Amino acid sequence: MKFLRPLIIGLGALAIGLTADAAGGAKKSKAPEGGWPFAKVPAGQLDQQSMQRGFQVYKEVCASCHGMKLLSYRNLGEPGGPFYDDAYPNANDNPLVKAIAAEYEVMDATPDEFGDPVFRPAIPADTFREPYPNEQAARAANGGALPPDLSVITKARGKGAEGDGASYVYSLMKGYPSFDEVKFREEPNGEFVNYLEFDDGEKVGELIQPIGVYYNPYFAGDTAPQWSGDPRHKPYGGFLAMPAQLPDGRVEYMDGTEATTAQMAYDVAMFLHWAGDPKQVQRKSLALPVMIYLVLLSILLWFSYKRIWRNVAH
Amino acid sequence: MSGHESTYEPKSGFTKWLDNRLPIVRLAHDSFVDFPTPKNLNYWYTFGGILAVCLVIQIITGVVLAMHYTATVDEAFGSVERIMRDVPYGWLIRNIHMVGASMFFLAVYVHMFRGLYYGSYKAPREVLWLLGCVIFLLMMATAFLGYMLPWGQMSLHGANVIINLFGAIPLVGESIQAWLMGGPSVGNQTLQRFFSLHYLLPFMIAGVVILHIWALHVPGNNNPTGQEVQDVEKDTVPFHPYYTVKDGFAIVVFLIIFAAFVFYAPNVLGHADNYIEANPLVTPAHIVPEWYLLPFYAILRAITFNIGPIDAKLLGVIFMFGSIAVLFALPWLDTSKVKSMRYRPVAKQFFFGFVVACLLLSWCGAENPDNPIIKMGEDKLIVTYTDAAGLEGSRVFEEYAPASQFREETVTAGGTASLGIQVAPAFRFLHLSQLMTLYYFAYFLIILPWLGLRERPKGEPDSIHQSILGNEAPAAAPAE
Ligand code: HEC
Ligand code: HEM
Repeated sequence: MKFLRPLIIGLGALAIGLTADAAGGAKKSKAPEGGWPFAKVPAGQLDQQSMQRGFQVYKEVCASCHGMKLLSYRNLGEPGGPFYDDAYPNANDNPLVKAIAAEYEVMDATPDEFGDPVFRPAIPADTFREPYPNEQAARAANGGALPPDLSVITKARGKGAEGDGASYVYSLMKGYPSFDEVKFREEPNGEFVNYLEFDDGEKVGELIQPIGVYYNPYFAGDTAPQWSGDPRHKPYGGFLAMPAQLPDGRVEYMDGTEATTAQMAYDVAMFLHWAGDPKQVQRKSLALPVMIYLVLLSILLWFSYKRIWRNVAH
Repeated sequence: MSGHESTYEPKSGFTKWLDNRLPIVRLAHDSFVDFPTPKNLNYWYTFGGILAVCLVIQIITGVVLAMHYTATVDEAFGSVERIMRDVPYGWLIRNIHMVGASMFFLAVYVHMFRGLYYGSYKAPREVLWLLGCVIFLLMMATAFLGYMLPWGQMSLHGANVIINLFGAIPLVGESIQAWLMGGPSVGNQTLQRFFSLHYLLPFMIAGVVILHIWALHVPGNNNPTGQEVQDVEKDTVPFHPYYTVKDGFAIVVFLIIFAAFVFYAPNVLGHADNYIEANPLVTPAHIVPEWYLLPFYAILRAITFNIGPIDAKLLGVIFMFGSIAVLFALPWLDTSKVKSMRYRPVAKQFFFGFVVACLLLSWCGAENPDNPIIKMGEDKLIVTYTDAAGLEGSRVFEEYAPASQFREETVTAGGTASLGIQVAPAFRFLHLSQLMTLYYFAYFLIILPWLGLRERPKGEPDSIHQSILGNEAPAAAPAE
């Protein structure tokens, strides 16, 4: 098929073009070693233990700044969710889910008979409690920056391939420079500055970290204004208003897993990946049967075609 | 074909009764069962059927989505997520609709390239081609309107970019802009009218598709030889079962690809930024349209220069719309009497060049126009300074150490200096897109009109059956 050749070359070129990194010189995020179990073809699986730990990280660390307004507590106990249990097909009956919800106090939608608001413990049907009453409060508490809602964060980063967004969260959370890499000195004018030294062949120089923001190589931004070395070799990444969140041992896992930075980053990314697309379990379990059905149908049609056309020169 | 006699015979009492009043079963029978179709159609001819399937899929999934969707700026984003999370099989419906738009365009592009290659736009099929171009325009409008509905960052800012284009039109531009937006800016009222129109246009497409098929069935199908049917016996087979089964096979293969995206990578054809709720105050770093509009976006951005009194912005808009307008004029631009490029060895090369140009334009549309493709030399460092005496100047360095030393010295001496990058000259995406835009227009406006008058066609068969037998049994051919 001569016809196809240029088409294929062109498509190849197109593919390269579309995969070229667009995000302002941020370091390309990496999936954990061995890849994500949920991104496997033909039938990926979420790791339920990891999601449970990830929820714990979210609840004990992230939830104080980040809301997840598209989720309800019941979602946690639905098929594919972190606390799904065969014994409770209706997530509203799941005692674990009920207990998790009950830890939060929410305002009931209906006021009491005097019109005063009623506060009560949450039930599985309630949506996750928001950390701040409004955007202004959120900004005020975070030096002017707004912590984004995390409901669909894994779909809102990366290039849309399965696991792209999870890899980003994973890389970002464990990508902060370690505590002793961020150095500290007093300038002649009496100001204190934080800085990072780079000395890896090409990148030689100093990166000043402005007050209230934190360097991360995976965050899409620009390091040029803070960089004192060769501008052609400025470091990847940028500065964001969220400090490193997951030093070793930040949470104590209930299942005894050691809470290293990488482990917590992995677990919270797994949890957020589920949260961004909670019906992915259904999607992935339906995928293979549909593909098999279509392939069998196409084989059947191919032979029908051969048979019907057998006496017709064409 | 219109000339061919109806072979439909109503059998039951009811069908006889109906046939005398509304011969709709006869129409269907003559169009899709007994319709004489050239024997030699290849798989490129199955995309018409595939497109019909795509349209039906979009309409069915779209109607279901519309039952659950809320067209207000506060709720649109959340309501689409609700569909994915809480509506039974909503995730499937939405993924199909979202991926379906891309598959629809994939199919329509193959279908159009097919038409270009086999000369299907030439007499007696000009109206058929024009109706196809109308469908293509309506599809682009529908997809653009639909992309607004999930109310993500790309929805909003993409719509802004496109609507602003109309502002470039002299005199009426601003009025058109305000009319499209329904107000001074893109907001709730825009979302609601886009939803209304997004619901409407697919049914208009369906209407034009009916005309398109009507216009197909008057002259009958073109075919890879470009020869018209001369002998219904020797040249054609009835549409059913011969083409129902062949199209059916192709449709299922297409659905396999479709399903692979729906189930394994539903978001890979879209843009992650569209999962960030729209915010008029934050503009995304790179605004890019969906992949299927990229070539036109590249043409728009390729025009960075003024011509006479027409400024670059308006010129870009003119070129972008012109790139579609030339498709409408094509039947009268191509002067060759030979339809199929199989027998036009020179034109064929230019055709493949055209396909590559379109693909390269897509690539350019996705990239920042200033990004280099081929760098000529290394980036250098440039120190711009004002020395203590107030003299301004700049010096270029290859290495960082001397550049930084020079800067320091200037500063210590009481001047000011700053260090920057002097970008090496390069062949950039902008240049590629300009070249490809040139080729795009040259193909229609110069190459096809000129070639038709000058080229020498080669090996054209006298008829469809001759070409078939020639292929199958070369030894028997001379005896014909
Ligand atoms: C002290 C408050 C705080 C906590 C706790 C916190 N974050 Fe953040 N986070 C922020 C702020 C503020 C931003 C916005 C940063 C910016 O845009 O400069 C942010 C941004 C983010 C982003 C988006 C980065 C981007 O690409 O735009 C992600 C992802 C994220 N946080 C994940 C987490 C996770 C996971 C946790 C829990 C392990 C967490 N955050 C805990 C304050 C917080
Ligand atoms: C020509 C056929 C059609 C095309 C090309 C098309 C295209 C699109 C596109 C590109 C989107 C955005 C998808 C996304 O990113 O989420 C969309 C959304 C939508 N469309 Fe269509 N569409 C078509 C027909 C229809 C019809 C017939 C209806 C309803 C009757 C419809 C209803 C909707 C709704 C409600 C949405 C918003 C939900 C969503 O974003 O998924 N569409 N469409």
